[in-house]
Amino acid sequence: MQALYAQLLVGLINGSFYALLSLGLAVIFGMLNIINFAHGALYMMGAFVAYFLLNLFGINYWWALLISPLVVGIFGMILERTMLKWLTGLDHLYGLLLTFGLALIIQGVFQNYFGSSGLPYSIPDQLRGGMNLGFMFLPIYRGWVVVFSLVVCLATWFLIERTRLGAYLRAATENPTLVRAFGINVPRMITLTYGLGVGLAALAGVLSAPINQVRPLMGADLIIVVFAVVVIGGMGSIMGSIITGFALGVIEGLTKYFYPEASNTVVFVLMVLVLLVKPTGLTGRAA
Amino acid sequence: MTAMTDDTLPITPRAMRDEMIVFGLMAVLLAIVPFTGIYPFFVMQALCFALVACAFNLLIGYGGLLSFGHAMFLGTAGYCSAHALKVWNLPPELGIVVGTAAAFALAIVTGYVSIRRQGIYFSMITLALSQLLYFIYLQAPFTHGEDGIQGIPQGRLFGVFDLSQPTILYYVVLAGFLGAFLLIYRTINSPFGEVLKSIRENEQRAISLGYKTDQYKWLAFILSGTLAGFAGALKVFVAQNASLTDVHWTMSGEIVLMTLVGGLGTIFGPVVGAFVIIAMQQYLAGFGQWVTVIQGVIFVACVLLFRRGIIGEVAHYFKRSL
Amino acid sequence: MKTKSIASLLLTTALTLAAASLAHADDKVVKIGALSDQSGLYADLGGPGSTLAAQMAVEDSGLTGKGWKIDIIAGDHQNKPDIGVNIARQWFDVDKVDVIVDVPNSGVALAVSNIVKEKNGILLNSGAGTSDLTNSQCTPNTIHWTYDTYTLAHGTGSALTKNGGDSWFFLTADYAFGAALERDTTAAVQAAGGKVLGGVKAPLSTADFSSFLLQAQASKAKIIGLANAGADTTNSIKQAAEFGITSGGQKLAALLLFITDVHSLGLNTAQGLNFTETFYWDMNDGTRAFAKRFQERMKNHNMPTMVHAGVYASLSHYFKALEALGGNPHDGAKIVAKMKEIPTDDALFGKGSIQPNGRTIHPAYLFEVKKPSESKGPWDYYKLVSTIPADEAFTPLDKSTCPLLKK
Repeated sequence: MQALYAQLLVGLINGSFYALLSLGLAVIFGMLNIINFAHGALYMMGAFVAYFLLNLFGINYWWALLISPLVVGIFGMILERTMLKWLTGLDHLYGLLLTFGLALIIQGVFQNYFGSSGLPYSIPDQLRGGMNLGFMFLPIYRGWVVVFSLVVCLATWFLIERTRLGAYLRAATENPTLVRAFGINVPRMITLTYGLGVGLAALAGVLSAPINQVRPLMGADLIIVVFAVVVIGGMGSIMGSIITGFALGVIEGLTKYFYPEASNTVVFVLMVLVLLVKPTGLTGRAA
Repeated sequence: MTAMTDDTLPITPRAMRDEMIVFGLMAVLLAIVPFTGIYPFFVMQALCFALVACAFNLLIGYGGLLSFGHAMFLGTAGYCSAHALKVWNLPPELGIVVGTAAAFALAIVTGYVSIRRQGIYFSMITLALSQLLYFIYLQAPFTHGEDGIQGIPQGRLFGVFDLSQPTILYYVVLAGFLGAFLLIYRTINSPFGEVLKSIRENEQRAISLGYKTDQYKWLAFILSGTLAGFAGALKVFVAQNASLTDVHWTMSGEIVLMTLVGGLGTIFGPVVGAFVIIAMQQYLAGFGQWVTVIQGVIFVACVLLFRRGIIGEVAHYFKRSL
Repeated sequence: MKTKSIASLLLTTALTLAAASLAHADDKVVKIGALSDQSGLYADLGGPGSTLAAQMAVEDSGLTGKGWKIDIIAGDHQNKPDIGVNIARQWFDVDKVDVIVDVPNSGVALAVSNIVKEKNGILLNSGAGTSDLTNSQCTPNTIHWTYDTYTLAHGTGSALTKNGGDSWFFLTADYAFGAALERDTTAAVQAAGGKVLGGVKAPLSTADFSSFLLQAQASKAKIIGLANAGADTTNSIKQAAEFGITSGGQKLAALLLFITDVHSLGLNTAQGLNFTETFYWDMNDGTRAFAKRFQERMKNHNMPTMVHAGVYASLSHYFKALEALGGNPHDGAKIVAKMKEIPTDDALFGKGSIQPNGRTIHPAYLFEVKKPSESKGPWDYYKLVSTIPADEAFTPLDKSTCPLLKK
């Protein structure tokens, strides 16, 4: 029974990565109608930027949490301005393929320069060590990851669903012409939104750098699972993707205990089941 | 699903004649390959993928259904054929039948589950189903995990044609490809194909006209899956192995890319796309680590610059349907 | 770019066709194909480094000065058996390649070995670990250098058990290679008097191992055996440190680890790890000299892995056989038979021999990763725990299931 508690907690920790990543995807899909296949590559860039900040400029983890999402976010906005914006109004497929191509390019370039085995990034001194919870040894860093990403997720949700800026944003996706008539620069808003979604991916990258090796393919292995999370949560639904992200982490944790071989597959079983019962995901609107 | 419809002009005798001319040209070109010094194994490989892409194209280009799990048919047929040939020692023709039948059965089940969903949700459910199959094949002992089934005997087709002779194998694969291609072509231009197109254009209207659209989509899905499986079975003779690569989701992605590069919803596009992608994999290998980057650049260029795909752009230029 | 590559392709095809018609039996022309994973998971342990090792072997053989013409081409199998087979087949058919080296990834290696046999070429395998290559799937055209799952399992499994690590828990990657490693290691541990308390199978490319590590921790086993490879190994090692597993007294034994992995983990995380390799650059003057030259020419200045060393040594031995034959008969089985006749002796692996099933035997070493305080500088990572003599490091001939032995 104790082991089960431990698995649940560990699952929750993993869930926070899924939540952060799928949140970014959901924001981008909800506002731009683009399925961002480059999300995994941008997540990887976030981790690499943190590595460079530390090793080239001596800038520590805490600053990296701020700077890396900014850097990658700006990179994302450039991508949006130069390429993605030409796809407005086209089928989803084209956005997906374009971002897939971008992901290949980004990963390929990193692989060329940094090899495939990856680079080390250690846990910041303040978060080293762990505490004994009785049923398990919890590294402090993992606890920090859960708390921090929960805060970020809720803040993003609040920004989009509860503030004036978010209201403009949602209105702009429903009816861009009307919103433009109110004197709001819609294209700029779209660009900023893409930057926000990408920044969230980079943030997840920085958070994972001390846990996983910083390596070019770290995002490629994850992207398809995160897709599934977004679909289960309901494409474009902010809260849906946050809740599904955490829930999937927990379900995966349980699977790792009872049937470990299937832990990477359980998400797809869930996806089939959910889509059979609720065609547009748990909280989604019609496609 | 609007962007891909603009090049499918209504079928006219002239378009039909154009298409038959191109088909004849393609058949002749492919038939003389063994005499040109072009490496036949490369062409055989490309033909198998071309057939998968054509089958996939039948669903997306004419039915508006984007399957992101077509690798499951390719891989399932491959594994079943390979097992039949190697372990049961069946002759080649029966090996092909076993593989194709397995894909057919799989398509019936997965089609039944997935065609009820639309747009991106259809894509996702096919992706999920193919991931489940990937897991099954990873676990099942007969597939030998990532080592795959190796050294599959090629044997004699109908007891006559020795498939270990590259030239004979080439013409067998070519015949299989051309036959399946004509079948797809016939389907597209049949009343059944017309109903499919009308479903893609406007499903509600098709329903109100009294068509049971779900059944049409299901049939199209089964046909597409079975033909993809047929290609997978042929591929076993070419590659002489069956491995997890063919069931992985990246393979499904490659099939989508081939079709897109050649031209979605065009008749010859998937063939051209398959040749281009396979040639890239084969001949860019010399660029070592830059291969993925070059591939990425080509895809980005494809989406941004020639969205109709190679054949789509050509057809658009000549205002013909190809 | 594209038109250029097609043009150059046509040109090379034409040239090779012309060259092929000139080639005839027993000339002094050799073509080597370095088939590896150039961009994926195994690119660091094989990849461009293997091509470099092959080049160095050609240069050091001195054959070009004696009128031989030796070319090397490189290919990227992208870890897909199909692509590997296609490249190999084309190399034999069109480019007239004589010998294929490296080929990491067991699935690709087994597929390629079939083609090599069909075309009567030669496969000098260094990168792949499956012991099937010299057992059930052995061919008269394949020589397996460097290591296999048996070496890793017996080196690490029996040596650690004898040193007191007598209870084990396995964290296994859920694929055939992982299963083979776990099975072989279990046998070695039990033979040495230890016991296996349990294990968990993790899917390939898992990002987070904490659940599995918790189960390993709860098992109270003295040794946690990592039967996985590449990023799975490095991530599980990194996370084991985080969860205080190593500081809690349990030991990690990585069953397959390369020096590039240790380098990427850093000594802080990797210290205290035990594992088996057959080559380390800092063993003796010969290995140091080779490693220094290799590192200087390597683009990313990595030290050679044992796979690179195996490519170099196996090719050097191949050249010896060619010299003994006085020319290249372009007959794979004949050259391999000659290679099996001559005892192996090189600066990197020392003295050894090639068994009738194609397995090269040489000593293997159990290493432990140094503490950061013990390391004198970059790449000074290993200390030797024990040496496993050549006859214990590989499958004994009477246990090999290779059909070639039943003549």
